[in-house]
Amino acid sequence: MGLIEISVPGLVEVEEGTKVLPPNVILTSIDKVVNWSRLSSLWPMTFGLACCAIEMMTTGSSHYDLDRMGIIFRASPRQADCLIVAGTVTKKIASVIRRVYDQMAEPRYVIAMGSCACTGNIYNVYSVVQGVDTFLPVDVYIPGCPPRPEAFIDGIIKLQGKMRREQFRWSHWR
Amino acid sequence: MEGINRNQPPSDIRIAPELHTREITLNMGPQHPATHGVLRLVLELDGETIVKCTPYVGYLHRGTEKLGENRTYLSALPLTDRLDYVSSMNNNIGYVVAVERLLGIGPPERAKFIRTMVAEMGRISNHLLWLGTHALDVGAITPFLYVFRERERIMDLFEGLCGARLTVSYPRIGGVRNDVSQKFLDDLYAFTEEFPGRVDEYETLLTVNRIWLKRTKGVGVIPAEDAINWGLTGPTLRGSGVRYDIRKFAPYDAYDKVEFEIPIGYNGDVYDRYMVRIIEMRQANRIIRQCIEKLPKGPITIDSPFTFPPKGSLSRKDKERFNKDYYSRHFTLAKGGPKEAPQGEIYVATEVPKGELGFYFISDGTGRPYRMRIRSPSFVHTSALPRLCEGGLVADVIANIGSIDIVLGECDR
Amino acid sequence: MEPQEIAEKIKERFPDEVIDITSFRDQVSVIARKERIVDICRYLYDDPHLHFDFLVDLCGVDYLDKKVPRFEVVYHLYSIKYRHRIRLKAQVPEDNLRIDTVTSVWAGANWHERECFDMYGIVFRGHPDMRRILMPEDWEGYPLRKDYPVTGPEKEWPGFQEVLDKAKAFREFEWKE
Repeated sequence: MGLIEISVPGLVEVEEGTKVLPPNVILTSIDKVVNWSRLSSLWPMTFGLACCAIEMMTTGSSHYDLDRMGIIFRASPRQADCLIVAGTVTKKIASVIRRVYDQMAEPRYVIAMGSCACTGNIYNVYSVVQGVDTFLPVDVYIPGCPPRPEAFIDGIIKLQGKMRREQFRWSHWR
Repeated sequence: MEGINRNQPPSDIRIAPELHTREITLNMGPQHPATHGVLRLVLELDGETIVKCTPYVGYLHRGTEKLGENRTYLSALPLTDRLDYVSSMNNNIGYVVAVERLLGIGPPERAKFIRTMVAEMGRISNHLLWLGTHALDVGAITPFLYVFRERERIMDLFEGLCGARLTVSYPRIGGVRNDVSQKFLDDLYAFTEEFPGRVDEYETLLTVNRIWLKRTKGVGVIPAEDAINWGLTGPTLRGSGVRYDIRKFAPYDAYDKVEFEIPIGYNGDVYDRYMVRIIEMRQANRIIRQCIEKLPKGPITIDSPFTFPPKGSLSRKDKERFNKDYYSRHFTLAKGGPKEAPQGEIYVATEVPKGELGFYFISDGTGRPYRMRIRSPSFVHTSALPRLCEGGLVADVIANIGSIDIVLGECDR
Repeated sequence: MEPQEIAEKIKERFPDEVIDITSFRDQVSVIARKERIVDICRYLYDDPHLHFDFLVDLCGVDYLDKKVPRFEVVYHLYSIKYRHRIRLKAQVPEDNLRIDTVTSVWAGANWHERECFDMYGIVFRGHPDMRRILMPEDWEGYPLRKDYPVTGPEKEWPGFQEVLDKAKAFREFEWKE
């Protein structure tokens, strides 16, 4: 792999080894607009595995509508922003999840929904992965068995808050 | 619609003899929007016709049977919630009825009626979700949003009853966890008044719809003898004309005290299985009304080492003895349950919305099951999928998967 | 027909094969040897007064240290016509884990036997497709045996170890500046 070296005039060293573009009005405004547009139309890819998938479907349908937050569920990883792992992750399907995650384009986020995806829940057995964060970088954990639709929406709002705080993720010199 | 040969082209088209075709292998992977969960199908196609279909399951194998061997009868109850996660009340009831028969105890009358009531609510809830997802896969998107409106009402009722929406652990060994309130019964009665009108709405959308009829009539036909031989149960079997329902032939709980009919299909195709489930929803509504009307007064658990003692059964007058019995019972149960149970083996089957859920327990005398075997209907139905799909078209695979009503949590356990 | 009568009928037809008849809470089990299990099942299917046309369940049981032979294959049978049930148990010793398949009698036994092989290692002779069903195809060990640990063996399954290694390799990708 190796490290990527870029030398561009005007970079400011924030800490040892990290150089960023200095913040100014134009760049932070662009940040705000880009982040707002990304979080307002978050297209998740469903990886509905088990019981949490039912709660995800319930949240997406008429009563707790997710469409009002701009969320449209896409079936293909190439068209999706975020991967919602909902349900128990077994070792057999771990390689499939990893492959699907690798196919997604940046910027991409991962939500681990439900206790089984967060830590493995009550299934401390031979075939269950104890938490999806052993092989995926998770952004938001939503505990619960299954989490209520309100808790799921709260998790999405936390992810949106995380996206809102990003700086220069769109830039070449992040 | 009858008489169309779906696999041959019309006779006025001639295919040039020098055109060679080859079979292609298509993978409907574990991640697919139309397989209900993580089911993988490998299809070998000759054009659009399926020559061979191989299902691969096991992507949700969670070791429930192994975990059950290390837990007591009371603490293995939440494991059964997550089997058929769409209607978890019915799984709990199946487990609890089996354990009760093993221990030789039975619930009181009020608990029987309450359990029948919530089981039928679970049946309606399951069939609603089945209708929504099946219609969505075949192409009708509207029913999906309509059914979730009803399902929300049922889940709100469950939440008011026992605190959990989806994975309830409400039925307990020897009865139920807590009593129903008058508000719950009033809300449930109001639901049963409106529900037949809602089912009429769904039927208006689908039952005589030309597109639905073309997609589902004559598809996935399985005659009665084959259906029995392959081990199909529940609405999947009744759609083929076999009159077998455990609620009528080996009744448990209060099913012998309520009146209902079981619908039977004629042809054994997807459309008949659809109609069987729609009529079952109406019959379930009828059963709930009868249960509310006939609900007797009384305790909701019995006095046995495996249950919390019912209120008023222990006399408070002898305070010392009361404290010793009541608190020691609570303590034992909080630690997982009694250390002793009768020794023997038993198989009990109950009618869950998907088919026949059977529990086979082997008890060696301790408070833990030595072997807990779960006979799940989805496992058997998925094994019959090649029999239904081979010879048909690719689009019919989706209709078939929907009609056998599988849920992978139950299939893989 | 009463379950006890059915058990007696099986015993008088196959007197050498049936080892024992037990009963608990009105359910009767017939314990038999494994050699002619297909003949017993075929008799139960064909006999006009018994006609067990529905195989409800087929599973394995491991009696480690409790009794010899170690394994048993349990068949639950039901007749839709006559509405009677019986349980048939075939004993399988540990040193000869083979038994004949009953898929010729009931097609629904196919996947049940595959699961029994997957979980216990009992091989069914004559089965059309004897491979693992719930665990990954190259898994080692038979999970439901009593000497298999609940949390799994010490060494991780290579298929999952690959995923972990790949994830670790990708985590080392860093930007400088």
